[in-house]
Amino acid sequence: MGRRAVPGLGFTLGTTLVYLTLIAFLPIAALLLKAADLGWAEFLTIATSRRAVATYRVTILCALYATLFNAVFGLLLAWILARYDFWGRRILDALVDLPFALPTAVAGVALVTLFVPNGWLGQWLEPMGIKVAFALPGIVIAMAFTSLPFVVRSVQPVLMELSRDVEDAGMLLGARDSQIFRRIILPELVPALLSGCALAFGRSLGEFGAVIFIAGNIPLKTEIVSLLTIIRIEEFEYSSAAALAVVMLAAAFIIFFVTNSLQIWYGRRAGAQ
Amino acid sequence: MSGGQQIAPDWRPNERSLARRLMIVGGGGFAALFLGLPVAVIFTLALDSGLGTYIAKVTEPATLHAIYLTVLTSFVVVPINIGFGICAAWAITKHDFFGRRLLGTLIDLPLSFSPVVAGVAYLFLYGAQGLLGPFLMAHDIQIMFTVPAIFLVSLFVTSPFVARALIPAMQSEGNTDEEAATSLGATGLQTFLRVSLPNIKWALLYGAVLCNARVMGEFGAVSVVSGKVRGQTNTLPLQVELMFNDFNTAGAFAAASTLTLLALVTLAIKTFAESRQARER
Repeated sequence: MGRRAVPGLGFTLGTTLVYLTLIAFLPIAALLLKAADLGWAEFLTIATSRRAVATYRVTILCALYATLFNAVFGLLLAWILARYDFWGRRILDALVDLPFALPTAVAGVALVTLFVPNGWLGQWLEPMGIKVAFALPGIVIAMAFTSLPFVVRSVQPVLMELSRDVEDAGMLLGARDSQIFRRIILPELVPALLSGCALAFGRSLGEFGAVIFIAGNIPLKTEIVSLLTIIRIEEFEYSSAAALAVVMLAAAFIIFFVTNSLQIWYGRRAGAQ
Repeated sequence: MSGGQQIAPDWRPNERSLARRLMIVGGGGFAALFLGLPVAVIFTLALDSGLGTYIAKVTEPATLHAIYLTVLTSFVVVPINIGFGICAAWAITKHDFFGRRLLGTLIDLPLSFSPVVAGVAYLFLYGAQGLLGPFLMAHDIQIMFTVPAIFLVSLFVTSPFVARALIPAMQSEGNTDEEAATSLGATGLQTFLRVSLPNIKWALLYGAVLCNARVMGEFGAVSVVSGKVRGQTNTLPLQVELMFNDFNTAGAFAAASTLTLLALVTLAIKTFAESRQARER
């Protein structure tokens, strides 16, 4: 076998496994053990308390809106970046990754400053009765900002590699542009779009730094799960913190499973072409 | 190639339809505002009261210490995760073994957790009420709320970046060069340094740069484990939060501007390295 000819498997695989165990699996195991100490009944009591359920509602609802926004806007951005050549395209393409490079706390501070009533954008929105800072729309904007690159970067490579012959065939057969988009292009994009959305949704659920500055953090109204977890730690309510962290961990695992399944599906489709 | 473009519908590069213009101006313009305004507001407010004040704010002792701690964390964490990334990518792309695809998936796992969960998990491993707490206490070792805790949690949060950059690059290179080198008697390390590394150096660079940006900017995880001791365990993002909540706007934005500059430089290096890596394929 040719593959065996390259040396170093034992050392590199061993290092990888030991490192992953020490740095990732062990802390996660410690968290699960801590939560297991609680017992099922107590875990449920904490995880379904009124304040906790309110944070799930706020977090999930805002993450859904942010993901919906990114599905549409991210698709549009990926489209113009992949298909059109225009002035500033390369700068815009590089700028799409800004939310990944910019520290989340910096993004949070900047966004709240823009949207407070006397801020650059808030001074126009406030008279119209649109309250963004310290309200749910602010959380949605912070989540949308930090998760914007996911959809763009999932869809963009698929758009680049899409075979133009099929579109040309559609056009020669008399399809309108909207038909070509809906019947030929969109079906090819769906797996990548869904997987980008799942990544964006997962990131939004866990986002902390960008959100807490703009959220206002009013219990039961604009408080997110990760903030409540930190509040419990600061109150030395370690069992509560462990329970909430495990709820977030479970959500992350579900999304991780969904995105990987989507990517395998999408990989198979790409391979079948 | 050009034959296909002559019958292009209106989204083809050479056409100038209204829909195309609307999408570029609307989508591109909105994106430029959405991404550009936060950057603009940071630099504007940082320089609001003049360059003198700005320099004074950036060189405040607490901010300077935060910068020092952030740079120190990067010096410790980034090389370790470069080592890990190279090992993981080498094992996954140059070899075939049972569970190879699963391992490729598991490497990404830290990216799907909320940084707060990562911080809490470390608290329940090394903290007084954690798994190793009694053992550490018996030996008088304090990890939580110290600088090493910041190192550890940063290692966790940023472990996937280098491996993620290297795996596609190494996969596209294939194994033939390495096999030739080995059959000519090169050791594993020689093969990597002389044969593989020159082909993936740009991918390694942008992986390392992204890893560094995340280390220096990490907030949620560090905020759980650092204890936020002013002038001791406050990293730069924590210092931004502290000053912002103290209504020290000039100080907060001065500190934030240094991190924003770091992000812009990161993007520039990443874009450059990515295009170089693509060209050398």
